[in-house]
Amino acid sequence: MIERKMKKVLLLGSGALKIGEAGEFDYSGSQALKAMKEEGINTVLINPNIATVQTSEGFADKIYFLPVTPYFVEKVIEKERPDGIMLAFGGQTALNCGVALYESGVLDKYGVEVMGTPVRAIMDTEDRELFIKKLDEINVKTIKSEAVNTIADAISAANQLGYPVIVRAAYALGGLGSGFCDDEQQLVALVEKALAFSPQVLVEKSLKGWKEVEYEVVRDRYDNCITVCNMENFDPLGIHTGESIVVAPSQTLSNEDYHYLRKLAIKIIRHIGIVGECNVQYAFDPASMDYRVIEVNARLSRSSALASKATGYPLAFVAAKLGLGYGLFELKNSVTKVTSAFFEPALDYIVVKIPRWDLGKFHGVKREIGSSMKSVGEVMAIGRTFEEAIQKGLRMIGQGMHGFVENKEIKIPDIDHALKEPTDKRIFVISKAMRQGYSVERIHELTKIDRWFLHKLYNIVMTADELETYDEIQSIPEALLRQAKEQGFSDFQIARAVFKSAPYDVDSEVSAVRAMRKSLGIVPVVKQIDTLGAEYPAMTNYLYLTYNGSENDVTYLHDHRSIVVLGSGAYRIGSSVEFDWCSVNALMTVKREGWRSVMINYNPETVSTDYDMCDRLYFDELTYERVMDILDLEQPHGVILSVGGQIPNNLATRLDAAAVPILGTSASSIDNAEDRHKFSAMLDRIGVDQPRWRELTSFDDIHRFIDEVGFPVLVRPSYVLSGAAMNVCSNNEELERFLRLAANVSKQHPVVVTEFIQDAKEIEMDAVAQNGEIKVYAISEHIEFAGVHSGDATIQFPPQKLYVETIRRIKKVSQKIAKALNISGPFNIQFLAKNNDIKVIECNLRASRSFPFVSKVLKLNFIDIATRVMLGLDVEKPHKNAFDLDYVGIKASQFSFSRLQGADPVLGVDMSSTGEVGCIGADTDEAILKSMLSVGVRVPSKGNGVLLSTGTAKQKAAMLDAAHALHNSGYSLYATGGTHQFLTDNGIPAIKVYWPSQPDMQPQALSLLHDKEVDLVVNIPKNLSETELTNGYRIRRAAIDLNIPLLTNARLASTFINAFTRMSIDDIEIKPWDEY
Amino acid sequence: MRQTRKAVLVLEDGTVFEGKSFGYEESVAGEVVFNTAMTGYPESLTDPSYEGQILVTTYPILGNYGVPPRREKNDVSEYYESEHIHCKAIVAQDYSWDHSHWQADRSLADWLKEEKIPGIYGVDTRALTKHLREHGSMLGKILVEGTADVPYYDPNAENLVAKVSCRNVEVHGEGQKTVVLVDCGVKHNIIRCLTRRGVKVIRVPWDYDFTSIPYDGLFISNGPGNPDMVGKTVENIKKAITIGRPICGICMGNQLLSKAAGAKTYKLRYGHRSHNQPVRRAGTDKCYITSQNHGFAVDDTTLPQDWEPLFINMNDGTNEGIRHKTRPFFSAQFHPEASSGPKDTEFLFDEFINML
Repeated sequence: MIERKMKKVLLLGSGALKIGEAGEFDYSGSQALKAMKEEGINTVLINPNIATVQTSEGFADKIYFLPVTPYFVEKVIEKERPDGIMLAFGGQTALNCGVALYESGVLDKYGVEVMGTPVRAIMDTEDRELFIKKLDEINVKTIKSEAVNTIADAISAANQLGYPVIVRAAYALGGLGSGFCDDEQQLVALVEKALAFSPQVLVEKSLKGWKEVEYEVVRDRYDNCITVCNMENFDPLGIHTGESIVVAPSQTLSNEDYHYLRKLAIKIIRHIGIVGECNVQYAFDPASMDYRVIEVNARLSRSSALASKATGYPLAFVAAKLGLGYGLFELKNSVTKVTSAFFEPALDYIVVKIPRWDLGKFHGVKREIGSSMKSVGEVMAIGRTFEEAIQKGLRMIGQGMHGFVENKEIKIPDIDHALKEPTDKRIFVISKAMRQGYSVERIHELTKIDRWFLHKLYNIVMTADELETYDEIQSIPEALLRQAKEQGFSDFQIARAVFKSAPYDVDSEVSAVRAMRKSLGIVPVVKQIDTLGAEYPAMTNYLYLTYNGSENDVTYLHDHRSIVVLGSGAYRIGSSVEFDWCSVNALMTVKREGWRSVMINYNPETVSTDYDMCDRLYFDELTYERVMDILDLEQPHGVILSVGGQIPNNLATRLDAAAVPILGTSASSIDNAEDRHKFSAMLDRIGVDQPRWRELTSFDDIHRFIDEVGFPVLVRPSYVLSGAAMNVCSNNEELERFLRLAANVSKQHPVVVTEFIQDAKEIEMDAVAQNGEIKVYAISEHIEFAGVHSGDATIQFPPQKLYVETIRRIKKVSQKIAKALNISGPFNIQFLAKNNDIKVIECNLRASRSFPFVSKVLKLNFIDIATRVMLGLDVEKPHKNAFDLDYVGIKASQFSFSRLQGADPVLGVDMSSTGEVGCIGADTDEAILKSMLSVGVRVPSKGNGVLLSTGTAKQKAAMLDAAHALHNSGYSLYATGGTHQFLTDNGIPAIKVYWPSQPDMQPQALSLLHDKEVDLVVNIPKNLSETELTNGYRIRRAAIDLNIPLLTNARLASTFINAFTRMSIDDIEIKPWDEY
Repeated sequence: MRQTRKAVLVLEDGTVFEGKSFGYEESVAGEVVFNTAMTGYPESLTDPSYEGQILVTTYPILGNYGVPPRREKNDVSEYYESEHIHCKAIVAQDYSWDHSHWQADRSLADWLKEEKIPGIYGVDTRALTKHLREHGSMLGKILVEGTADVPYYDPNAENLVAKVSCRNVEVHGEGQKTVVLVDCGVKHNIIRCLTRRGVKVIRVPWDYDFTSIPYDGLFISNGPGNPDMVGKTVENIKKAITIGRPICGICMGNQLLSKAAGAKTYKLRYGHRSHNQPVRRAGTDKCYITSQNHGFAVDDTTLPQDWEPLFINMNDGTNEGIRHKTRPFFSAQFHPEASSGPKDTEFLFDEFINML
């Protein structure tokens, strides 16, 4: 049993979601907190990610919304004096921070014990050289690599190993700054960048084409070991596991292969001395049993989150218990409750994970996928054939695809090339290639993907071919229809196969497929995930649907006591952990009010898909078809669509048409808000102002409209969540360019052109109404002027700089809209305000991204209230007012540009942030400092340089005070031409530097960055002209690649600069949430 | 669509599961048992302990990596656990018609046809497993469309050990020490595990009186069916206990050693057949994941005073091994030789060899 009883334990979170470090750590941290709570341990959590579940009431005893950096963690340790610290649940961020605290002696100084895997062991896995040495001791093969600290050494190492080589940065998140190099030129470029992130860079021989296999291993302090799961990458080595389709369990390993690698994994973690969980990644020769260990992660990881969801084994929970000193044999399998936690799950299904990319949102980014991670989220699909699981998964990623086949044709000019150099579209390129007659063998040669996977995909193509020989749905033979469903075809795919490109009424033909198969008894069955292949009875509510089965595992009572909550699907830009928080809170309220809480979601990185969060979890699709399948079985009292973001919201009309009881605001109201015309007409009717807009189908009409409203204008398609393909155009040239790029969007869907109001404030109204009356609300203001997507903007709540009159008007207008749409539930309205004029930009009759932020700052759970409203309970208006708050919260965005090679890190109307933080401070200065530090912006060291290029005259003027402040605080200012002139004119000394387009002039802005002369770059693009973008782009990109903080918005830069010149980091108060 | 013959699995209680044939097209009968392992069908099919049984795999996709070649190495099979398939038939949810593995030289379907073993897929093996779990292992038959019906067959009613044991004494490997291996249906990996450790193995038929051979240690193998059928071997083991040289047993070997010691065995409701059975070494904090395949178990409350449990199943508390309190006799109910399954307990071979 536990030797030393811990009273207080500090857990480090992972901060904002970023590429390579996302929602999985909310899951693992939440589980660890639960595990400790069960032991009566007092828990302290540091995590600035305010939208997470783990930073909610009831999870940790004390929550600090502070950066997870050694400085702040030490401050918290000093204040809280914990007995122990857990480093394994907050990703690489927490691990790195813990290692730094250990090395600097802080942990020793305060007597804080590291729980679980000792720091020494962590360091053995993190430092490449130590790692190889360690594995050499037990004769385990690693990838031969040379650790270098300079470019010259890298070149000679690569020459020795022979190209192609792979370059990796040590101590880096998910392959940051790593990649393949075929020659010296590529090597130099990559190594320089990698050295900017890490003092050590590794050059190693590439094993492209080998299989990539992972094992999740658990060890307790008694040296008992299990492997909970193994996983195999669909894509061979060379593609980061976060970028690869992954299956669990492995499919192409023989028993001998499987257990050979399993045994090695156990040998490795015993030797390293892991206590808790870790994963071992292998490269495995497809033509022998030769292997190399790629790496060992001595912590919970994305793979371990996936393994937990894939097997039902609560890895993070168990790892936390082991960290507290338990043996595996002392813990129970939390699914069966009777069998031991010391066992290895037996799966009776196959799981397919597919990454979700959003590369289309970035300008200039490379679409190729490789050894560094670019995906922003993932989905997990469960089936009883590979075909079924992968087709489910391809629908789940939510990018308009219906499965492996029967999709909109994609244009691939050179299929051979596209197969050889994979992009985010790889799987669809394979589909296209097969349709064009490429053999499995040929595709294998080009991709090195194991033939097994390709044959299975080919089965899908063959079924599609056969379906396409029929011209009407009724003539499809029953056996073929059944086979198609067993291979994961949706009703939509079947209809499309039959109708091909002939015009048809999609909804009614899809319904015809559904009706026909139901009449033939071709319906999916519900299966449990029980961890042991049905060997013992299990009380599990973790479910999925499959057509490969004849019997339901669940007996339905049809008592109409279920409330089904639709989750948010894959994390993507514009929809992530905040909607998971909303979903989880809705589930908790549903349960508390005595209903059976039922969740549908398929994102393995979430807390909502933890089977102990609800009474029944369907880990399955959020398509109309699948939701209806589930509702047919559940026959619920009602369905909640308004807490999972846009995916469930989009189902409103169709579910309503199928007589599904939607709780809260009616589907017709949702449609009235979503449909631009209806919404606009309604605003006119109730006398609410909005920016002028027009839906247009020709260039002539567009020009005529612009003559009326003037440039700039906002151009976008309708019915979108995060502003995809939306742009501000300031002149004809930009307009033409943008419309040409978006042409294939505008052909079928007309373009919406809206007048763009410059220098306007953007204001958010988050609220809950009941029968059209607002019950609670929160008004927050953007720091940036309108034009920055609300998901990228820095948001302040309560507002500090709004006129009382503006606020009054916003309340009044919001109430009018709530009344007009008869809202019952959560909603969000975005406003523009200039002087005291307010205009409505958008209204969503669902929870918004900022719900967790305002709920936590106001300490009033908007989702709980909204859910009670939707359950039809009477809700009192709480006696709480944002004006009473004597503190302020700031939500700042996290960008992942460093991961997205080539992307221009400039903000616009299209969202590009991958995550956010929310910090609370006594005033704006303190709150902005905390939150900017939390998203990785560093305060420049005193005496160091700041490089300014501050955009238009207006923006330059806006930055003047901040420039003064910088100068007065002793920073040396560097400025490009116009900015330099402006500063000089205003009596601020600055050193002039030259743009990359003036290569003959000295000093060069870029060399300044390369030489680390500046600690902060403020680069504000003047406009979207070609040269402006190119010049600015190179500086911005260099700042990102060299890991120098970059700000591209004048208002945000001023706010931040004012804050750090007025107060020092030491002045920041270390105060937990509950003390505000 | 692929043209396959319909095939059904009929259980003795009348339950019918429909599927499609992918193996040899003939109807067969046997005892229906399930295994939750996710890999290892070539090993399981050739494991003599499956003699007379229809194997149901809960992992839904079967045949992915084909079948390795039929080859001998050091006079035992290189990749199989015996010379031929012992299962009566195999049942799965989905069959991979196209396999992929560098070692494979044919598909599972081809192999089944070659050895005249039916295989069916398209069966909800989870539902089937739950049925077997709730009602216990039962007899069943596979009826392939267009082939003649067969009567039910209960393999436990006959001496299966006699059926699968070797006929003559064989010698494997060389070394200073000699181990007598009683072949009750030995898996070839037990022989490999022993010879790899540098001992000479004299493999004898199940009913052979090995006490006439000078030996340093006795090893009793795994085997199919009911231990009560193997009285002759028990008698011989009793003699070996008196001789006093080290004894080790696996699976059936554990049951026979227990019986020789005076304990009783019984039939489990549905047996342990998987790669993930947790066992704990009695009285220690040492736990192991083991591979298992047995339908009978030792009742360790019936063990005489001078014997004690060596391992205990952590899921259901059943006996997983015994040992003599003072003398060098021990056995395991699970399979330290794995194949298929985890190799975590292979050290038991070392413990045995060190006793010699």
